[in-house]
Amino acid sequence: MTAILEMRGITKTFPGVNALDNVSLAVRAGEIHALVGENGAGKSTLMKVLSGVYPYGTYSGAIVFEGEERRFRGIADSEKLGIIIIHQELALVPLLSIAENIFLGNEQASYGIIDWSLAYARTRDLLERVGLKESPDTLVTDLGVGKQQLVEIAKALSKKVKLLILDEPTASLNEKDSDALLALLLQFKAQGISSILISHKLNEISKVADSITVLRDGSTVETLDCREEAVSEDRIIRGMVGRALEDRYPKRESHVGKTIFSVENWSAYHPVHADRQMVKDVSLHIRRGEIVGIAGLMGAGRTEFAMSLFGRTYGQRISGRVLLHGREIDVGTVSRAVANGIAYVTEDRKTYGLVLDEPIVRNVTLAHLEGVSKNLVIDEIQELAVANDYRSRLRIRSANVFQEAVNLSGGNQQKVVLSKWLFADPEILILDEPTRGIDVGAKYEIYTIVNNLAEAGKGILLISSEMPELLGMCDRIYVMNEGALIGEFSAAEASQEKIMQAIVKSGRR
Amino acid sequence: MDTGIAGEVRVGKRDSYGGFLKTHFRDYGMLLSLLAIMAFFQVVTGGTLLKPLNLTNLVLQNSYIVIMALGMLLVIVSGHIDLSVGSIVGFIGGLAAVLMVKFNLHFIPTILVCLFVGGIIGAIQGYWVAFLKVPSFIVTLAGMLVFKGLQLSLLGGQSVGPFPPTFQKLSSGFIPDFVAGGAINVTALSLGVAVTAALVYLGYRTRVNQQKHAVETAPFGFFLFKYTLLAILLVGFSYLLATYRGLPNVLVIMFALVALYAFVTNRTTIGRRIYALGGNEKAAKLSGIKTERLTFLTFVNMGVLAALAGLIFAARLNTATPKAGLGFELDVIAACFIGGASAYGGVGKVTGAVIGAFVMGVMNNGMSILGIGIDYQQVIKGLVLLAAVTLDVYNKRK
Repeated sequence: MTAILEMRGITKTFPGVNALDNVSLAVRAGEIHALVGENGAGKSTLMKVLSGVYPYGTYSGAIVFEGEERRFRGIADSEKLGIIIIHQELALVPLLSIAENIFLGNEQASYGIIDWSLAYARTRDLLERVGLKESPDTLVTDLGVGKQQLVEIAKALSKKVKLLILDEPTASLNEKDSDALLALLLQFKAQGISSILISHKLNEISKVADSITVLRDGSTVETLDCREEAVSEDRIIRGMVGRALEDRYPKRESHVGKTIFSVENWSAYHPVHADRQMVKDVSLHIRRGEIVGIAGLMGAGRTEFAMSLFGRTYGQRISGRVLLHGREIDVGTVSRAVANGIAYVTEDRKTYGLVLDEPIVRNVTLAHLEGVSKNLVIDEIQELAVANDYRSRLRIRSANVFQEAVNLSGGNQQKVVLSKWLFADPEILILDEPTRGIDVGAKYEIYTIVNNLAEAGKGILLISSEMPELLGMCDRIYVMNEGALIGEFSAAEASQEKIMQAIVKSGRR
Repeated sequence: MDTGIAGEVRVGKRDSYGGFLKTHFRDYGMLLSLLAIMAFFQVVTGGTLLKPLNLTNLVLQNSYIVIMALGMLLVIVSGHIDLSVGSIVGFIGGLAAVLMVKFNLHFIPTILVCLFVGGIIGAIQGYWVAFLKVPSFIVTLAGMLVFKGLQLSLLGGQSVGPFPPTFQKLSSGFIPDFVAGGAINVTALSLGVAVTAALVYLGYRTRVNQQKHAVETAPFGFFLFKYTLLAILLVGFSYLLATYRGLPNVLVIMFALVALYAFVTNRTTIGRRIYALGGNEKAAKLSGIKTERLTFLTFVNMGVLAALAGLIFAARLNTATPKAGLGFELDVIAACFIGGASAYGGVGKVTGAVIGAFVMGVMNNGMSILGIGIDYQQVIKGLVLLAAVTLDVYNKRK
């Protein structure tokens, strides 16, 4: 088969950083080509070069698409040739309908007047092709993330796509939606559409990819061909991190002590629909030095539970008791929850965790400014020492602590959020999807940090949608479904099958 | 006036002049443009701009804009806007006039009542913005109309004045000279020198402290240049004022407030929290910051400062007029944006806002001396605002 795309010797530098160094990538016509690498390895930069976000002249090297050298001056140029990129953060307008979104910028119009019946008819065709059963005039905001993803793909199809680039398409999808999406990619492949799939989920990659290009530190490490023989996940990881990762979860001797934290009969209702109970009578406990997981599907109510607990930042009509060391504590506002020893690392670090335009140092001390100030006056020297300390302890990769959070990779951003909460010195740390969208190496580091905290006698509540992560990390796992706890397993008895069974059974009731 | 640390710590490479200039282009660029504008008008007005009398006027004319810019900066940094300040200035001026002229109230209780009422006005608007979550643009647009109307009704459409002389001193008074009789006001000059010495000492101490803790600092050449320039400006400024009537009372008030707000924004937890609130409200809230209360307080603060500005303005004119305060909000907001504040919140410096206010002030003054009509003055001011912010946006994108 011939190559539809060849990128040769791409080098792109930012002031002070060599983001891409002589990277090559060849995608054959009609294949699914996976692009993997740790965060910061240069995957996104490479795709931005390809799609024209970084126009010709700002990089060196050549892009050959369909046998001709191309010099894109912007996204419009690459889209015209059928190179379409779907970003991790979806680019849809929430308050417009599916049809309006699909034809945004490409309206079915003559002389500026839109032919709505044509637009709707074409939308229906496209939705059928991606297997989305929704009316074209449904507002995008009313769709779940999985369906929004499909709308993006339908939009790509409407532009006569030849090469579809998906950046972490399944990062926020549950297993069922992810599988459907991957099936769709295979279907496109049968129709002759090539795709580049960027993902951290290696099991998915080994399922669908025909070849895998591994990037590391801005260079191509290798391209693996999966057509002749399957490539194992361990093999990919070795390429990504440059070493074999013996175990994806660091070993830990667990020293579980007495119960230090418990929640009794916790309930919360939907913030808008006051009669919808989102958290149903949840009771749980955490022991000293214990890592406790909460498993569940997307929308099971885990984040809602955690946020209603943490300063009532979610929901209304909240009731229940929270006890720390046997005494009831007040968690009615975030500052009181923090003062009483609770910390919550949010699911979405960019929206809820970081002040992106501020430097690392200011993010680290934000939740506990009292720790670096006297009589409301901040001691900047002390603050700096604190930030430098966490930077080296958590191995945050940055030029210095004055680098703005927005310029850090996902794993390093998460470490900054963790630093912030570690500095607040909580007794109980609630982690909500702490490794989402983070590469394998950084995940390992985060796990190590969490283990060290447990070792130091903290109680950890780990919310995760990745079951291997829960099984690899936790001493005990609660299972949540539809807002209620429906099962509890010790590390020894827990398995992926048992947890899924518990969820399925409770759903049938 | 910069308290030093925040400005100098964020350096990429130690002692690299080029790198330092790049990262601090905005900070120094602003100051240099102000100096350039002043030099320009000094030349084209044939030296009138920096005549002691004119310089004193410049301070008096701009003091209320600078004072309000301090409050506006906090409002803008927290991600909001306050369009009502011009109306509050007029309303408070009217209130003060009615209290003093019609009810013969002494000027001290009058000032206290007026500042209190300013705080209440800020609190009401702040409550609407922070707790009822109505966009600040709307709330303060309503406030602008409401207080403009109340100002007119309070004054009955007429000017009310004159004020007791003691009240006028607020604006037109000067710090008395302890060594009376000389051609030069010794108090003014020595205060200027003392403040300069204190600033240089503080800056030096901070620098030494930073180096002791291995914090990267500005190259020494810059440090020297910055403080030499600062010393020349401050001493020269106080010398010029000293050859006229000395330090205006209002200058002292203004200087104290600028120093206070620079300190609060740079060095205190409340300042830090306002920046975090404007940078990412959700993250700030989930970090334990009481975002609603903080927003509320920035509006209360704005109300008090607008009331103070109203008093100063009324004292300066020696009468409360129905037109007082008209359009002030535009100058104040423009000062903040020229000074580098971001319209999206989270970014902005007190020193920037002050420099921005003086850029506007010097242009107003200089163009008036040149006899440029009010029509073209507005055109030019508008273009300068646009140019400054465009430069900012362009600079950030690089």
